[in-house]
Amino acid sequence: MRALLARDLRLAVRAGGGFGLGLAFFLIVVVLVPFGVGPETAILARIAPGILWVAALLAALLSLDRIFALDHEDGSLPLLATAPLPLEMLALAKALAHWITTGLPLVVAAPLLGVLLHLPGEAMPWLLVSLAIGTPALSLIGTFGAALTVGLRRGGLLLSLIVLPLYVPILIFGAEAARRGAEGLPAATPLMLLAGIGLGCAALLPFATAAALRVTLR
Amino acid sequence: MSIWSYANPRKFLDTTAPWVPWLMWLAAAVLAVGLVWGFFFTPEAERFGSSVKIIYLHVPSALMAINAWLMMLVASLIWLIRRHHVSALAARAAAPVGMVMTVIALITGAIWGQPMWGTWWAWDPRLTSFLILFLFYLGYIALWTAIPDPDSAADLTSVLCLVGSVFAILSRYAVNFWNQGLHQGASLSLDKQENVADVFWVPLLVCMAGFVLLFLALVLLRTGTEIRARRIAALRARARRVEPVRA
Repeated sequence: MRALLARDLRLAVRAGGGFGLGLAFFLIVVVLVPFGVGPETAILARIAPGILWVAALLAALLSLDRIFALDHEDGSLPLLATAPLPLEMLALAKALAHWITTGLPLVVAAPLLGVLLHLPGEAMPWLLVSLAIGTPALSLIGTFGAALTVGLRRGGLLLSLIVLPLYVPILIFGAEAARRGAEGLPAATPLMLLAGIGLGCAALLPFATAAALRVTLR
Repeated sequence: MSIWSYANPRKFLDTTAPWVPWLMWLAAAVLAVGLVWGFFFTPEAERFGSSVKIIYLHVPSALMAINAWLMMLVASLIWLIRRHHVSALAARAAAPVGMVMTVIALITGAIWGQPMWGTWWAWDPRLTSFLILFLFYLGYIALWTAIPDPDSAADLTSVLCLVGSVFAILSRYAVNFWNQGLHQGASLSLDKQENVADVFWVPLLVCMAGFVLLFLALVLLRTGTEIRARRIAALRARARRVEPVRA
């Protein structure tokens, strides 16, 4: 599993993979918002947590179809499936690799973009914590969606249609935690719910992903 | 004789096909009775005026929107466990019906909300979760149409239906957390005291029965259509295999 993880990370970083692309997309979305809603500091500070969360979600979505598509095209997916590693662990490793190449950079970049959007300073730690807890769940759900649509033409569009509704609870709790942090309210409850969803996803979704992969590889 | 004998497509078709027209007429009759009774022979509720009468479309369609998804969930489970094709096709057949029910519930809700709340749409938990349910239906149907191989499609959509059900319930409670709404709580139940008055309750029950019958008729009809479409595809494939030999 560690070898697979290292392989995926190397592929993402080297071969002009999605690494950095999601980050750039995150930046562009956040930069576009003030053009859309106007430059008033108060409005931007009010909507900043929500914008950052939605942008992170879209950026994570962008690289989902690459999780299995490249392996499917060059035929390494069947090989991985016949390896001694169970498919469930393969799914988990893929999700982890996706998170490290997409989710983690987003978390790191979020404070910088928060400054661009005049996010209040006291909200910053809450935003970071909520993103750090929530983005792994985004990767896990996305891996499931990618397994459902691997090998389909028009897969990317379908993938977003399937995955985005599944993201709703995470977006709600994540943005709610950041918003409460920004208003100085206690934000522990949404964070705990967010963590609960994340752990539930990590425990159960690899099985669904593996089931979908078995169907695709049949 | 067990219920599983209907998993045989031919037996399913032979049994249900004669029923479909009768079910259709029965649904039409029950709906006509319920709607006419509800629209013309119930008093106007105080505080609500005549706008309350849209309840006879709104509540049954919302009921069926959720129950259609539940039926798809059960059918998906049966397909995953027992591999009965009829079950997978029934889930596929129910999805568009459920989606239309969701749309009806949303539209009638908007029409009702306009005079009552002064707005067509509010980001209320119930309204929002119905919108999310609509998106789930869209994704499910899109996945069915995108996969060419019927068995893979049945498998993948079944898995999506299971995962989607969990997330639909999660979303339902997440939106509660996110916004307290305008929509009233449940005022219809079999055991509670604070029900709506019987004058409205009885025609509403009739309408609900009509919607259930309509749903059954549509799903049986569409399942039959899917089975026949599958047969035609199989016949065509066989004909294509035979042709080169003749030439």
